[in-house]
Amino acid sequence: MEKSSSAERKPPATVHPLVGAVYQWVDDRLGISDVVKLATKKRVPEHGQSFWYYWGGITLFFFIVMCLSGVLLLLYYRPGDSAYESVRQITYEIKFGWLVRSIHSWAANLMILSAFIHMFSAFFMRAYRMPREFTWWSGIGLLLLAMTFGFSGYLLPMDDLAYFATKVGLSIPAVVPVVGPWVSDLIRGGPEITSYTVSRFFALHVVVMPALFIPLLMFHLGLVQKNGMSMPESELEKPEAARKSIPFFPNFAMKDLGVWLVALNVLALLAAVFPWALGPAADPLMPAPMDIHPEWYFMSSFQVLKIFGQIFPGVTGEFVALGVFKLGLLLWFLVPFFDPTTKGGLRAKLTTYFGILTIVILLVTTIWGYWVLPAVH
Amino acid sequence: MSEESPNQPECPKGAPDSDENDGPLDRRGFLKLAAGVVGAGYAAAIGYPVYRYIASPVEQAAMASAVTEVTLDNALSLPLNSSMIFKFGTAPAILIHHANDTWTALSAVCTHLGCTVNYQPENNVIFCPCHSGVYNAETGANISGPPPKPLKQYQVQISDGKVVISRA
Ligand code: HEM
Ligand code: FES
Repeated sequence: MEKSSSAERKPPATVHPLVGAVYQWVDDRLGISDVVKLATKKRVPEHGQSFWYYWGGITLFFFIVMCLSGVLLLLYYRPGDSAYESVRQITYEIKFGWLVRSIHSWAANLMILSAFIHMFSAFFMRAYRMPREFTWWSGIGLLLLAMTFGFSGYLLPMDDLAYFATKVGLSIPAVVPVVGPWVSDLIRGGPEITSYTVSRFFALHVVVMPALFIPLLMFHLGLVQKNGMSMPESELEKPEAARKSIPFFPNFAMKDLGVWLVALNVLALLAAVFPWALGPAADPLMPAPMDIHPEWYFMSSFQVLKIFGQIFPGVTGEFVALGVFKLGLLLWFLVPFFDPTTKGGLRAKLTTYFGILTIVILLVTTIWGYWVLPAVH
Repeated sequence: MSEESPNQPECPKGAPDSDENDGPLDRRGFLKLAAGVVGAGYAAAIGYPVYRYIASPVEQAAMASAVTEVTLDNALSLPLNSSMIFKFGTAPAILIHHANDTWTALSAVCTHLGCTVNYQPENNVIFCPCHSGVYNAETGANISGPPPKPLKQYQVQISDGKVVISRA
């Protein structure tokens, strides 16, 4: 492998000499070939569970699609009083506007789904262990930010479902004594959801969230680059010589590209066959729609809130539920400390059970949430 | 999806491509061609809707500017020796009610660099403030200043107490 490194300093012989000269000129100044060398040196472990290595990349792909389609939406979206009218125009009057909007919304949902899959695969491969604690924590941060992205974007069209789901969502922090109502009012810009709220959410959605998300993402990816891919215990048990790996470039990158193509096709198919709906304009004087519900990734918390609300009187239920969420998140955050070692001991086993329990709770409460929705058609 | 020969992971790079020169369309050449065609297909499938989406207001404007006739309901009340600006399609146009009770309708877009012109009753000319272009108020002919061409003239008809303006 070492002998090839001198060859990498020069462009391949097949390119036009002029291209080669330009490449050489740029390379002497920017050192591109060092990056190329790094990419070809870097190896990705290959084993039975390699499949799960692709989910971070899939999440990244959807995020890139979000940014590109989001910029396209910005060409015609207008926050404030004309929010609904502008989304109506995008959907019905601008050529392919329905498709751009559908791509953006579907990519948002697929991004969060793949982020969840990515997180749980990292969990069960124990990728949070030393030295990857910060990768784990930054990943949790990214998922929370992505959900905030989704929550802030959901209101922007200002149709009736968006309006009432956001109304409910913003009533939850209000149950915290003393500061709660004050915080809720500040987020909304008043006691009700108005065009002020839309403008705030818009600023959050297109400026603040990207400004937080992108640097954190860079940190996350930088750590992956620094620490390399983790290996599951079954691999670590093998002697070094028996472990297989493939070069990151071009082999893993080509496979990654293939996976992105699949993701692109799935996204295009969903967006075209199931165009994102736009309900009637929000009307604060109308009763809430019967099937009011949040996006699926908030359904679990929505249902837990409902359950606790039935057990405890008044807003105590919400308050207790908020405590439970915080505790769960804290435990999830602290997993690297509870299960830090490589050997499969009792703590490792308990951690696995904890992960399985988390998935079961999330699934059961989500399905339960949809189950009890009144059917309206 | 990516086929690998079993020894590829061992010597993935630096190895010279031995099948470089056996014919114009060997396996490698064919794969490159196929990848190019598929890539171009994807680029077109993404590029076309994105282009139409971005160009949508341009298309709408082209449709709006295709109008051939505008009816001005209240224009008859325009006093002698005065003018009004109205919208013909997407662009401004000017209607002048002359002292002798005749009417002139012209495009109000200066033929120099596109400023909106105005009528000056004192001199009975059309004036463009941007670079002091002057036009004849009856015909739209360019009289002085930078404008290279006359203003486009429209037909004016009075019917049923309304002023109807149409393309010549
Ligand atoms: C970073 C670049 C982004 C920009 C510039 C952007 C921009 C926008 C704009 C202008 C809208 C309003 C149009 C509409 O509602 O259809 C919107 C909606 C939305 N966005 Fe984003 N967005 C970005 C990223 C994201 C991300 C990362 C997510 C989620 C993970 C997301 C989730 C949503 C959702 C759920 C909607 C509501 C869609 C609907 O109901 O129509 N966005 N976005
Ligand atoms: S734009 Fe009218 S004179 Fe120059």
